[in-house]
This record gives sequence, structure tokens and C-alpha cells, in this order.
Amino acid sequence: MDYFFQQLINGLVLGSIYGLIAIGYTMVYGIVGMINFAHGDIFMIGGFIALITFLILVSIGLTFIPVILLLVLLVAMAVTALYGWTVERIAYRPLRQSFRLAPMLSAIGMSFVLSNFAQVSQGARVKPVPPIITGGYTLHDSGNFAVQLSNVQIVVVVTTVVLLAAFTYIVSRTRFGRDMRACEQDQTMAALLGVDVDRTISMTFVIGAALAAVAGMMYLLYYGLVDFFMGFIAGIKAFTAAVLGGIGSLPGAMLGGLAIGLIETFWSAYFSVEYKDVAAFSILIIVLIFMPTGLLGRPEVEKV
Amino acid sequence: MTNAAPILAIDGLTMRFGGILAINKLSFTAQRRQITALIGPNGAGKTTVFNCITGFYRPSGGTMTLVHDDGATFRLDRLHDFRICKYAKVARTFQNIRLFPGMTALENLMVAQHNTLMRASGFSLLGLLNAPSFRDAERDAIDFAREWLERIGLTDRADDAAGNLPYGDQRRLEIARAMCARPALLCLDEPAAGLNANESAALSDLLLSIRNDIGTSILLIEHDMSVVMEISDHIVVLDHGVKIADGAPRAVRDDPKVVAAYLGADEEDAAQVMEQTMEGGA
Amino acid sequence: MAVPAPHPASAEPTAGFGFILKKAVISALVALVLFFLMIGIRTEAGSSGQLIYWTRFGELAAIVGAVFVGSIVIELLRRWIGPVGGVELPASVRGGFAVLGRLLAPALLIFALLVPVIFYKERYLLDLAILVMTYVMLGWGLNIVVGLAGLLDLGYVAFYAVGAYSYALLAQSGLPLPHLTDAFPYVAFSMEQLGPWAFWVLLPVSGLLAALWGVILGFPVLRLRGDYLAIVTLAFGEIIRLVILNWQDLTGGPNGISGIPRPTVFGIPLTPGEHGFAAMIGVPFSPTHRLVFLFYLILALALITNWVTIRLRRLPIGRAWEAMREDEVACRALGINITTTKLSAFAIGAMFGGFAGAFFATRQGFISPESFSFQESALVLAIVVLGGMGSQLGVALAAIAMIGGFELFRGLDQFRMLVFGGVMVLLMIWRPRGLIGHRAPTVFLQKRTEISASLVKEGHG
Repeated sequence: MDYFFQQLINGLVLGSIYGLIAIGYTMVYGIVGMINFAHGDIFMIGGFIALITFLILVSIGLTFIPVILLLVLLVAMAVTALYGWTVERIAYRPLRQSFRLAPMLSAIGMSFVLSNFAQVSQGARVKPVPPIITGGYTLHDSGNFAVQLSNVQIVVVVTTVVLLAAFTYIVSRTRFGRDMRACEQDQTMAALLGVDVDRTISMTFVIGAALAAVAGMMYLLYYGLVDFFMGFIAGIKAFTAAVLGGIGSLPGAMLGGLAIGLIETFWSAYFSVEYKDVAAFSILIIVLIFMPTGLLGRPEVEKV
Repeated sequence: MTNAAPILAIDGLTMRFGGILAINKLSFTAQRRQITALIGPNGAGKTTVFNCITGFYRPSGGTMTLVHDDGATFRLDRLHDFRICKYAKVARTFQNIRLFPGMTALENLMVAQHNTLMRASGFSLLGLLNAPSFRDAERDAIDFAREWLERIGLTDRADDAAGNLPYGDQRRLEIARAMCARPALLCLDEPAAGLNANESAALSDLLLSIRNDIGTSILLIEHDMSVVMEISDHIVVLDHGVKIADGAPRAVRDDPKVVAAYLGADEEDAAQVMEQTMEGGA
Repeated sequence: MAVPAPHPASAEPTAGFGFILKKAVISALVALVLFFLMIGIRTEAGSSGQLIYWTRFGELAAIVGAVFVGSIVIELLRRWIGPVGGVELPASVRGGFAVLGRLLAPALLIFALLVPVIFYKERYLLDLAILVMTYVMLGWGLNIVVGLAGLLDLGYVAFYAVGAYSYALLAQSGLPLPHLTDAFPYVAFSMEQLGPWAFWVLLPVSGLLAALWGVILGFPVLRLRGDYLAIVTLAFGEIIRLVILNWQDLTGGPNGISGIPRPTVFGIPLTPGEHGFAAMIGVPFSPTHRLVFLFYLILALALITNWVTIRLRRLPIGRAWEAMREDEVACRALGINITTTKLSAFAIGAMFGGFAGAFFATRQGFISPESFSFQESALVLAIVVLGGMGSQLGVALAAIAMIGGFELFRGLDQFRMLVFGGVMVLLMIWRPRGLIGHRAPTVFLQKRTEISASLVKEGHG
């Protein structure tokens, strides 16, 4: 039972990270109807920016961890958001009114560009960081197994919850959120009513990238490493999460993220680590067969 | 060997979407070699009836029985999807034209003969080997398509993309495509929508010739009363998923319930307005 | 990575040099923020596992400067040439292109047949030609699924892998299923029995196994549309790769399988001995013979793929594929069984992928999961889309351009994928509908007229 609870905690933490990335996929899909294949690599870039910022801050003599973390978070979000903006501007905007497959291929190309840019500029080797946040609590100790809740895990979950609250506020209460939802429904009509569609779409990419940067930073804190290839698998899994939750649905993305995180953790813990990704993808396929619109997606009525 | 039974008998057809009752215990028959019109105000459930008949929806209740000339009987409520067209021989058109826009007019008509050709091509094996039997079948299919292109006056545009044809031609091509599936019952969903007066008249002629010369029974949804009154043998009026009238065109036209349903006004005023529109149109 | 100017429609053609300069400054500033950390600072794991870093402000300055200059150059070019893609060629020029286009396919075919003659001495080029032909074949195979049937498949590499591993495993050890061979001894066979015929017997078997997997994938995804289909096929491709990677007993895991039997000229091995092909036809042995043979082998396989596709397009099944791509609902209303139509597209596409896989295995003599990553699927899909969906000639041209271009940048080594991705983005912006932008009808009454691609749908799946 203790082992179960430990895995539950681990799964929820991992799921929070997937959920943060999944929101970026789901937002972009909702507004422009395309899979932003480069989003996983934006997450990876976010991890790198966090790593480099952290190194600089430490080397200029900052020692107070909370301040360092806050600064790293802000820099990573800002710079990665600019990456998101640039990717949209270069690779997607010229193709917005184009055929369906062109933006998808362009996105795949952009994904190659980003991951190989990181490889070329930062080298192919894995970059480890020493544990930044240490310590934790023992929740329950039955003698032979102790349920641990580490401080890193608390930071990850708390950050996710806070950002999610802020994000929900933005989408539901601000003018930008209203514009975004209007563009999701009907871009032409939104434009006629004075919504700046280009700007709204840009902002969607910016926010998605900022959240991915947070996920990248959390990943760095939690696993203590980044490498140029991590965007691909994490990206596919986050997209899986978005689809699982019902693509286009924001709470669905978070729910799907948690589900994927839990599935992966429990599969690793009880069955085999090697096949954890196979399990995640199989679940995706099974869910889509029986619930083609995901957990929280709106059912699609066939129009004849 | 003609059969006296109605081609289509619908009994107690019910269709529910969640809590909404779209069609409530609808019963009517369509006679062989006749044009039966299904009319009613917007949202009355006409297209839903079509979707049930043609296998896109599975009805919540009721039976739909189709009897071919040779007596072969099909329970449409138990068949589903493509089988309705393939076995029961019911073909349809759509309210919003659904041609294959990137294929030529001729190709559209060839696709409609898919099942015949598929068998002739030995499920592609004989076709790959270019067997003579398949070539013959293909030639017959092209001839049949050419016949239909002539009938709708599109021979000259046979090799143009369907998506490039003018609207009226697309409507006619869709009917020809449905006919190329050699149906026993042809279901037309608002074929006159968006046509001008000349095109509507041509459409009426086409439908009459399908009934008289080919002998195909037609089930028709239409808002254009001039077309309905001119060519229908029998009219069924639907409102809010319930049948409110059923009979010969003249009888239905004078039915106050029908008039009220269409205009939502009190029956006497409405009857007057209706009278005028119909005479103007016819 | 210059930030492009606003859309041509919104660009002010009258704006002066100040405007261009302002844009360039903004682009340079954006580049500075983007690259300050990623390029300006280089991190590396030190010898003791501690992270170290050093600065590269020189490179940073160079790149930001390049973005500044590049932005000005692009903007000026745009002024001179006019908006990209807005140029409509005059009819006479287009007619000329059409004639060239008709001559292009036979010319390419003749050239392909002569490749081993022309480049007999250039082993590297022969190797490259074999690689290009492999991708041409893969592109033609995927074209059936994506181009004709309109089903977006991001996991095509799975079938390539199934074909390669089927061939490798069967050729090495017979049926690797002891339960089955114990129960039915007559299905058991060994390399000795097949001898030099292994490749020719197992090639169709590999193709059929891949087709079977195509159907297995096809069933669950029948109801899925669009991007859901894309992601499920992607997941399927990854599942196959991960299973190959982790099922070490069967596949050798990351170490792969080596010593895969080489192909024979219908039973005659391409070896130096007296029973070898060279001795048989009385010429001195040369290792190039094998390359030449492999080239003609893949050329033949690719041409079979092409021939079958062209024939199938004109058969009812092929028309049903295209009709399904155009409008699935209308197909159902015309009595077309969508299930079998979709499955047949998946199966036939997969089968050709399986043939290509078996060829790959026999050519390399060694396979490992690394060769079957998502990048391969993306590359083949890029070839199909760039070729112009559904166009056989376009796919061949795209394969030559992509693989050939990819090889040109071999010298750039680690920059290769970077350039490749960038080129992919630019190509899509330049020609979103691919090189060949029209569809040829499958049957005609009076005259064959090309159909503009803007009318042709891309399918729902």
C-alpha cells in the first residue's frame, strides 16, 4: 500500500509536467487546428534556458535558492515565449490559410530545427545539474518502505497549480481570453468584430511556450538533467495527454497529463520500465478507439 | 413482373437524439414508380428521416421495409451504412451537394458504379491483369455514365472537375451520380435549392423522366412548392417530427393544418397566403 | 533565423529604407534575446560531472549581425521579386512546362536505367542512387495511403521495420516460434534449406507480413479522423520501434541483427568463388557487381510499386480511395464499404513498405532500431507532400531532391538535420501543395484535363 502511495505521488508530479506541456498543444490546436509538432522542442529549449540561467545566477554569487528559482522561472518563461512567438511567425503564419498538411510538415521541420539547434549550440551530451532543491518529508514509514514527499515534488506541484490558476484566469476573465475563445469559434467573425486575430494567435503560442518553459524547468529540477533529444518523447506523450483529455479542452489537457503520468509511473513500478512508453501509447490508442473525442472533448456529431 | 406492394413502407419510425425526439412514430408509404414528396417547415425532421432511410442514423424504433420489383424485401432499419445502397438499392443526394470536387464529372459517375465494377475487376486482381472481362465491364460503365451525362446535358463537361461546374450542373450531376448506382428508390434532399426558375423547370423534367422512362421510385424533400406541386404523386407533411398530413398534392395544399404549420399564423390568414404563393409558383 | 516581414498583403510597398532598417533592427533584437543564452553561453559536463560553461560572444555577435543583414537582404529581394507565390505563369509557359513534364518521366526512367553504367566507377554515387531509389519506393508506397486514400499516416516507418526485421529474423533462424514449429514441423525451415534462395522466398513473405500489420493498425483507426489518426499512427510506429528495441531475445535490442544474408541473382551468389556470379558469366569479380545488382533490384521493386499504383488508380478500388479522400459520407451513400477500402489502402501501402524494408535489410546486412525512428516517417511523409499529393512523378522528384540534398550537406555533419528541417519549412512555405500541383483524371471521355490541386481534397484522415 505504501508503495502504491509513493507511485501515486510520483505519477502526479510527472503528470503535472506533462499537463503543462499538453496545455500548449491543446491551445494551439483549439485556435489554429494544427498539431504544433515543435512544441515538445520548445519544452526542451525551456529546459536549456533554465539550466543556463541557473548557471549564470550561481556563478555571479547568488545563493538564496528561492530568489534564484524565481529569476530562473521568469527568464525561462520570457525567453522561451519568444521562441514560441518566432516559430509561429516564421513557420506557421505564412501557411495559415494553406492546405492542412503543409503546416504539419512545416511544424515537423521546425521541430528538427529546434532540437538540432540545441544540439549544435550546446552539444549532444546530457547536461546534469546537482540537486537544487533538497530534502523532503517522510509521510509514512512502515519499517521496510517509507513514503517520501520531496521538496522538489512539492515545488513542482505548487508551481503547476499556481500557474494553472493564473492561466485559467487569463483564459476565462481577460480580454485576451475572450478574443482567444472567439478565434477558436470563428476567426473570420472574430476579425469582423474587431479582434486582432494575428495577435491573438501569436499570444496563444507565447503563452503555450511559457507554460512549456515552466515544464522544462520543472523537468530540470525533478530529474536533474536536460538533453537536446528530450523534447521528442516528452512532446509525443504530452500530445497523447492532450488527445486523451479531449483536444481543445484545457482542463482535459491537465487531466490527460495526470493520467499519462500515472499510467507511466504505475506501469514502470509494477510491470516493466522498458515498456512504459509502449503502455502510454497503447492506452492512447485504446481510449481513442472507444472514446474518439477523448475524456472531456465535445462529441462530434456527424453532419450529413 | 411488377410488384403491387409499396416500394417503401415506414411504420412507427422514431428517432431520438439524447433527450430530443426528432421523429415521433412516423408512418407512411411510398408507392412504386411514383414521386413521393416529404415536406414540412425547417427543422421538421425531414433530413433525419432521410438519414434513417439511407443508413446514416440507426433509428431508435419502428420499421422501414423496402420491396424490390422482384419481390426481394429489405428491412432498412436492420441494414446499415453502405449496405443500404449496395444491397437494398437506395441512393441519395445531399442538401449541401456532396460531389467529389477534385474528380471529373465522369469519374464521379464511375465511382457510383463501384460495386458492379469491383466485382468485375475480381476485387482488383483481374483488373490488375487487365482481363478482357473487366475491360468490357469498364466500357459498359463508361457508356452508362455517358448516357447519364447526355441526359443531364453535361457531355461537354465530362472531363472537367466536378468542383468547377456551376451550381445547377452540380445539382444535376449529383442526381445522375445517384442514378448510376442503379437504385430502386432515389432519395433527393432539396434538389431544387438554389436553382433559378429555368433550372427548376429542367429539374422537374429530369425527375419526371426518371419516374416515367426508367421507372425509379423517388422520395423527395423539397421547399420549392412549384416543383413539389407539379411533379409529386403523393405528399407527406411533417412538422416537429410528426406527420400532420398525407395525401394527393391538391388535398394536402388545402389542408389548414399544413398551412398553419408552415406559417405559424392563425389558420385562416395563413390559408389565404398559402393559396396565393402556390398559385403564383405553379 | 530572420523574422520575416508581415504578410505580402499587409506590406507597404511604398515604405522606404527606414522601414526596412527598422525591421532589421527588430529582427536582430529578437535574435539577440533568442540566442544570447543558447549561443552566447556554452555549457558542458566537466570531467568531474560538474557543469562548466564558457562564453561565445563572438559567435553570438556574428549571428545577430547575420540576422540583421539577412533581414535587409530578404526585404530587398521581396521588393524586387514581388510576393512569393503570387506569380501566375502565362499560359504558353505553362504549356511548355506541361510538354517538359510529359517528357520528364521517360527521361528520368532512362537515366535511372543507365545510372550503373554512367557511375560504374563511383561507388559512393551508386550507393547514393540505391538510397534514393529506396526512398522513391517508400514514397510511392506511402503515397497510396496519404496521397490517394487521404489517410494521414505518421508511422509508416513501422512497416518498413516490420519488413526488415521479418526478413532478417526469418533468414537467420527460420521461424523463431518454437511452439509453432514443434506443433507443425512442416512449417519449420532453416537457412540451409533455403540456401541462396532465401531472399527471393522471404521478400514476398516480408511484404505480406507488413501488409498484415497494416491491417492490424487499420482496424482500430477506422473511425479516427484527421489529427487523431495522425497521432495514433505515430504512436503505433513508436510502439513497434520500442518493442523491437526492448525485445532483446528476439531482435537483439539496440545491438540489432547482423550477418543478414545478401541477395543472390536468382540463386547465384555475388561472391568471388567459382560458383559466384562473376565466374558464371566469365568476368573478373568486382564488389561493384553487388551494388549494380542491388540498384537494379530496388529499381525493379520501385517500378513494380509504381506500376501497381498506376493500375490500381484506374481500377474501382483506386477510384474508391480517391473518392474517400474527397468525401467519405458520399462514398457510403454510394454503397462503398469504407472499412475494406481503408484497410486495403493501409495493407497495400504497408506491403510496399515491407518490401522496401526487406531490401534495406539485405542491402545493409545489418539492421538496428536506430534506422526506424520517427525521423524516417517524417522524411517519407515530407517526400509525399512535397511531391504533390498523389503524383507519382512528383514523389520521385521530391525523393531525389530531398535525399540528394540531404547528402550534399553530409560535409556539414551536425548541421545537416538543422538545415534539413529549415529546408522543410521553407519548401512548405514556397509550395504548400507540392511540386506537382494538379491531379490527372483516371478516365476520360474526350480529353484528359489536369485538375487544379486547389479543388482536390486532402482527406479527413
